Amino acid sequence: MPRYLLSVYGPAERPEFATYPFQEAMLQAFADTGAFNERLHRDGHFVFADGLEPPTTATTVDGQGEKPAFTDGPYLEAKEHLDGFWVIEAADLDVALALAAEGSKACRGRVEVRPFRTEESVRALPAP
Amino acid sequence: MTGPTVEQAITRVHHEEWARVVAGLARRFGDLDVAEEATAEAFVAAAERWPREGVPPNPGGWIATTATRKAIDRLRRESQRDAKHQAARMVYDDSPPEPTGPVEDDRLRLIFTCCHPALAMEARVALTLRLLGGLTVAEIARAFLVQENAMARRITRAKAKIKAAHIPYRVPSADDIRERLAGVLAVVYLVFNEGYLASEGNDPVRVDLTDEAIRLGRLLRTLLPDDGEVVGLLALMLLTDARRSARVSRTGELVTLDEQDRGAWDRTLIAEGNALVRERIEAVAAGGDPPGRYQLQAAINVVHTDAPSARDTDWSTIVALYGRLVLLDPSPIVRLNRAVAVAEVDGPGVGLAEIDRLAEVLDGYHAFHAARADLLRRLGRGGESRAAYDRAIDLAGNPAERAYLTRRRDQLAG
Repeated sequence: MPRYLLSVYGPAERPEFATYPFQEAMLQAFADTGAFNERLHRDGHFVFADGLEPPTTATTVDGQGEKPAFTDGPYLEAKEHLDGFWVIEAADLDVALALAAEGSKACRGRVEVRPFRTEESVRALPAP
Repeated sequence: MTGPTVEQAITRVHHEEWARVVAGLARRFGDLDVAEEATAEAFVAAAERWPREGVPPNPGGWIATTATRKAIDRLRRESQRDAKHQAARMVYDDSPPEPTGPVEDDRLRLIFTCCHPALAMEARVALTLRLLGGLTVAEIARAFLVQENAMARRITRAKAKIKAAHIPYRVPSADDIRERLAGVLAVVYLVFNEGYLASEGNDPVRVDLTDEAIRLGRLLRTLLPDDGEVVGLLALMLLTDARRSARVSRTGELVTLDEQDRGAWDRTLIAEGNALVRERIEAVAAGGDPPGRYQLQAAINVVHTDAPSARDTDWSTIVALYGRLVLLDPSPIVRLNRAVAVAEVDGPGVGLAEIDRLAEVLDGYHAFHAARADLLRRLGRGGESRAAYDRAIDLAGNPAERAYLTRRRDQLAG
């Protein structure tokens, strides 16, 4: 079954209650997201989901040289960064979009839906 | 001597069969690229062979069979490049369409796929014209004043997204169909308006696009005969198109409704549009769904085409219909149209007061300034009228419209 990445972005500088106006709102969003995750499990869509620590905790690694190089900070310099994501299985994009709409409502954020490559699409890549 | 008849036969089959063949192949092989290219190749083969061999007794069947063979050839060639996956690619769906939606015609699946809300509007329009209308990429590019390779990229990218993101080849479920159909109708109406009100370029009307939109409207009516809005949109396009030849003067100037030669209106199209609107009025009276935006706009057009002269127009009915339209769609443009009708019933002062309330949102829209200019002129406020005409001329993209507005401005006394 097709897999989709559902990503949620947030500002690079996180305020005290993340992107939420106050603590109760944050806790309510967490609870709603938990309930949404339960539903994904129940209906067989769930593959993986989690939230990320702020981008300031990221380390970027380049292992292509002789010795790996480590850089403090995220790969992209951006005003917004990936905050959390789901990996789901859905029969087609219509199902994935409907789930993303529910997830968006639960976590109070916009959700980007992006398909994973499939065996077929990898095979269709131009041969070297 | 057979030249023109063969050509005509090909054109006719192209009109009648293109969408059906593409849609059938798309279901069978699960690949829009293969479906599109195989169908195009079949028509190339027809253009080569029919003049020599004569038009086959069942031209549509010939195209369908040839296109299927081309598709299989193509898949075979592709899979030979990658022998490992030959087996996988050759398993195609040859089953009859599954009854997943209210109608099982493959063309309907194709329409909903091309007009999927996950695609950008311009991609939906281009895909619909290519895969359902059978227009070439070059024709679509020309119609939208885009470079051909840019248009080709747009179409390729849209097809790649459909494939990679698994946009389903399916008629939406009963829960979603109304909203999704509204999206399809919006695409068709956009094509029509782009043809009728060409916003850019030097042709005041692009007949190919209006004709294509009407053909798509007729196809939708065949596929979804009971949907009121499908009927409404077709009626609206027919009634609007009926006035096409009266709408631009011989010198290339826009002729507004009140100044058009009503004898030049196409009575056949008007009769067809009227019949469709009547059909809807009866359906609504018999307890059907209340009319949507296209049915209301079609009804407004019937009021215009029914009037023997501009003076005889039943403006109060038009105001009432716009009132209902505003309830469904309170957008500033609908309110602008309503205000113009109000001016005819209650006088230009009342109309102008309504229009002026839209100034903030519609300041960048030429029709807003054109409507204001006309009402200010009728109120004898020449200076303000002139300024409004100037703004409208600056903003109008259509040459016929600019010519009309310029003449009206220059006719202002003083």
